[in-house]
Amino acid sequence: MNQQAISDLITKMADDELVLGHRNSEWTGLGPVMEEDIAFSSMAQDQIGHALALYRIQEEHMGGPDPDAFAFLRPAAEFKCCHLVEMPIGSYDFSLMRHFLFDHAEAVRYESLLQSEFAPLQQLARKLKGELKYHTLHADAWILQLGRAGGESYERMQAALDTCFPLACGIFEPGEADQALINDNIYPGEKVLYERWLDNIYRVLVKASLNMPDPAAITPAYGGRYGQHTPHLQPLLEEMGAVLRLDPAARW
Amino acid sequence: MTNPSYDPRVNRLKLGHADDPVKIEEGENWNIYEVFHQEKRGAHHEHVGCVHAPNPQLALVFAKEQFGRRKKCVNLWVVRSADILAFDLEDEDMFAGNLEKTYRDASGFKVMEKINKVKGAAKQAPGKA
Repeated sequence: MNQQAISDLITKMADDELVLGHRNSEWTGLGPVMEEDIAFSSMAQDQIGHALALYRIQEEHMGGPDPDAFAFLRPAAEFKCCHLVEMPIGSYDFSLMRHFLFDHAEAVRYESLLQSEFAPLQQLARKLKGELKYHTLHADAWILQLGRAGGESYERMQAALDTCFPLACGIFEPGEADQALINDNIYPGEKVLYERWLDNIYRVLVKASLNMPDPAAITPAYGGRYGQHTPHLQPLLEEMGAVLRLDPAARW
Repeated sequence: MTNPSYDPRVNRLKLGHADDPVKIEEGENWNIYEVFHQEKRGAHHEHVGCVHAPNPQLALVFAKEQFGRRKKCVNLWVVRSADILAFDLEDEDMFAGNLEKTYRDASGFKVMEKINKVKGAAKQAPGKA
């Protein structure tokens, strides 16, 4: 097995979850209603947990670095997250749409990992199955409710979809080692996941009467997997790591 | 959103599907749903609190994180509070105990003697109890 390719796959997955988990946690205390505030915060926490689980696989199975140091002390150019997760939270329509598009992508990816030849990823996929089910249920319920509510609600959800869609397509930026990972049955590759994801989100969007942009007509936001990021990432990383950097050797 | 259930009293949320949304008119509030928590299969659902939500599906979605997260939980019910029928507070006197009807209380039966006798017999003849 190509260890470097597996490690890169894990890094990009974990970086997405870490950064989006932090972004979504910015809603804590500011959510539109208390019930939703709690649910959204809880899912943000889940995502940071997924990131930790992935960094731990690198540490324990691949001789990787300490997860805290890797997550909070790494320079932005070494992050492999996609641009979608870096964007500021904006208004709730944007954050909900991003949650919908991202969590469906995550669900498709982990579902494929249930068949991975790399045992630690397969085990993690099994462990997270129920959690991801809830995340997509939550996202779908909101997309349907707000998409079908008409008026301003519908317009804002459609606008959020138009904004988020090219960014979300960037989740599936092809990797150099994809073919090696496919050959080793680590995962089915970005192209296959992208197609499955389109099918899944389309099914929900149609019910919500939202128009999915034509995938052939947009430019996916690529670059994140190769360390090219939006200007929003650096300030976020500085904030995330502020406490750890006060004394990186401190024991908690 | 719902699918046929083994328990015909209960509609079950079919994950991944949803009904038509409830439209909230100007000035109208979301509904309140009472939440019932089930700790293990077959156990009673116990009332644990309530959530605000525009429809029953989102009520379940919210209830899961509010009430299914801390302690063990295998399922939840949500019921629109407005669908619950209760007695008027001033009719509480209907329930006042009548001192002359204590014979109706399910207590005072002297059964422990019998139980202990059976237990004693079981101990003396192990394997045959």
